[in-house]
Amino acid sequence: MYAYDEFDRAFLAERVAEFRDQVGRRLSGALSEDEFKPLRLMNGVYLQLHAYMLRIAIPYGTLSAAQLRRMAHVARVYDRGYGHFTTRQNIQFNWIKLDELPEAMAALAEVGVHGIQTSGNCIRNVTTDQWAAATPEECDDPRIWAEILRQYSTLHPEFTYLPRKFKIAVTAAGHDRAAIKVHDVGLRLHRNEAGELGFEVLVGGGLGRTPFVGKSIRPFLPARELLSYIEAIMRVYNQYGRRDNIYKARIKILVHEIGAEEFSKAVEAEWAAIRDGALHLTDEAIADIRDRFIYPAFETLENEPAELIEALADPRFATWHRNSVHTHKVPGHAIVTISLKPVGAPPGDATADQMDVVADLAERYAFSEIRVGHEQNLCLPHVAQRDLPALWAALDAAGLATPNVNLVNDIISCPGLDYCALANTRAIPVAQEIAKRFADLDRARGVGRLHINISGCINACGHHHVGHIGILGVEKNGQEFFQITLGGRADEHAQLGTLLGPAVSYEQVPGLVEDVVDTYMELRAGPHELFIDTVARLGVEPFKERVYAAH
Amino acid sequence: MAAPQQQKLKVNGPVAVTANRLTDGAVVWRTKAGGWSVELADAAVVTTADAALALLAEAGKRDLDAVGPYVAPVLVGTDGALAPGNLRERIRVAGPTFELPH
Repeated sequence: MYAYDEFDRAFLAERVAEFRDQVGRRLSGALSEDEFKPLRLMNGVYLQLHAYMLRIAIPYGTLSAAQLRRMAHVARVYDRGYGHFTTRQNIQFNWIKLDELPEAMAALAEVGVHGIQTSGNCIRNVTTDQWAAATPEECDDPRIWAEILRQYSTLHPEFTYLPRKFKIAVTAAGHDRAAIKVHDVGLRLHRNEAGELGFEVLVGGGLGRTPFVGKSIRPFLPARELLSYIEAIMRVYNQYGRRDNIYKARIKILVHEIGAEEFSKAVEAEWAAIRDGALHLTDEAIADIRDRFIYPAFETLENEPAELIEALADPRFATWHRNSVHTHKVPGHAIVTISLKPVGAPPGDATADQMDVVADLAERYAFSEIRVGHEQNLCLPHVAQRDLPALWAALDAAGLATPNVNLVNDIISCPGLDYCALANTRAIPVAQEIAKRFADLDRARGVGRLHINISGCINACGHHHVGHIGILGVEKNGQEFFQITLGGRADEHAQLGTLLGPAVSYEQVPGLVEDVVDTYMELRAGPHELFIDTVARLGVEPFKERVYAAH
Repeated sequence: MAAPQQQKLKVNGPVAVTANRLTDGAVVWRTKAGGWSVELADAAVVTTADAALALLAEAGKRDLDAVGPYVAPVLVGTDGALAPGNLRERIRVAGPTFELPH
């Protein structure tokens, strides 16, 4: 966990007081809606279909037990008893009242949580790998660099009114769990041949109505140059990014229109002018940030302790262990993913009671630390293997031990038309119906890793372009229709899915997805060929022929 | 997708003006008396673009009670009962179409 200092606490308290005053002036009529709207958006407050929505940032996906417990409190006292974890490591409360917002924000600020940088044309919440500092794969803790970016970007005056929102993701592992290639800037932390730490810098990735995979503009940027190089990118974007058309204002459009090479040249020229200035990170500055991350005092333990071996005789525990428990960098420990996708439930939602349970379990078994992943699941990054049986029993009792992580019913979904003012179609009920088709988890396990992503409109908050099966809701003559794509992926081999065929109706989607999966089961080279690899080998045509013949 | 407020007005049947209540975002409907009600049954219904624009203009004069007014289709039953005219409005009136977590 990163330990906030007095400056952070004072800043958040001032911000809450400022917002309280703004809300008061809005309610009194001193501020018009046009005047108030940008102010509330800068604090993560949206007006959705039937209520205000408060979006809270979870910087680099890391939460303390105290913070999660406070979120449960806000859900219980100021909302309807639940929250929704998003694809950008945020949480949203969907039923918050404007006149109660200052109190809710004050409660959150007491534990260092806020909605700043969750809306508006600024640098948004910086995201990273939910397994940071736990996975043996990584070369450094990517959160150090995400925190440096957070401190640099928060309320940065030059980047508060960018042409459009700006999203940065960081990974330090070979396997990319942060989807860096579909962000405005993706940073891959690695070491060069000399053992020095640095970043591969990718720009111009993004989804939405014009999706692109990011282009690499620098294979190795010394880590200490991070801020000056990011500032150079931001300045080039700020100068040349389009402000005349909201649909062409993201950096991906600029990079696409002038080409990655030209964009890179402009960045390098800007960087040459500023690289030795105030943004050059000194060893002391980096160490200061690094020192504020408090790491667990791990015990010296052996892998596969007797308690774990004994518990594995229970088939239910063993199934969950195979699915949801992952290798930790410290012997005798494990990373645990907590599925927020119980079959038939809204993906990514957790009740206040469930949040409290996870907070309690994090305190008891996981050094009080919780992570949120872009897949809309939670994670306990540091659990002693001997504690896994007791942890599982407690999670199971709270409905939080569904062993379907990375399976066909671990569906990523935006809120869709059930909540969102921008959506064309529903998304959550589509996810629920598909999940129910694969409620037999033995069948889902037989299918293997398969990511389904659903978006209720072209804005693509459900990241449908990079789903192994992507589902996009479109409206035609007042009816809900859905386009299906196959073969997308969000990892280090990121690519956009290929359209399968004509859009189908709401009622047809679950059956069509089932047919796609059945076709895969028939066509795959063997049980070890994943869905995504079968699509890569055969293309979408064999799927199209079979699926559309059946519908 | 543009929000209804940003779309060109088309009136092909009965419509009403709807918005969100300032204090809590609740769905409200413009009434014949020039106020706002959470009950669709209280909504003023018009059937021409000119009448809808007039209703909308009146609704937009004061933004202290309701926010973001726009024209929404409604259905008028044979008994005169009003119902939302499309899926978006059905969801606004009745809430999400699935069971909320509890």
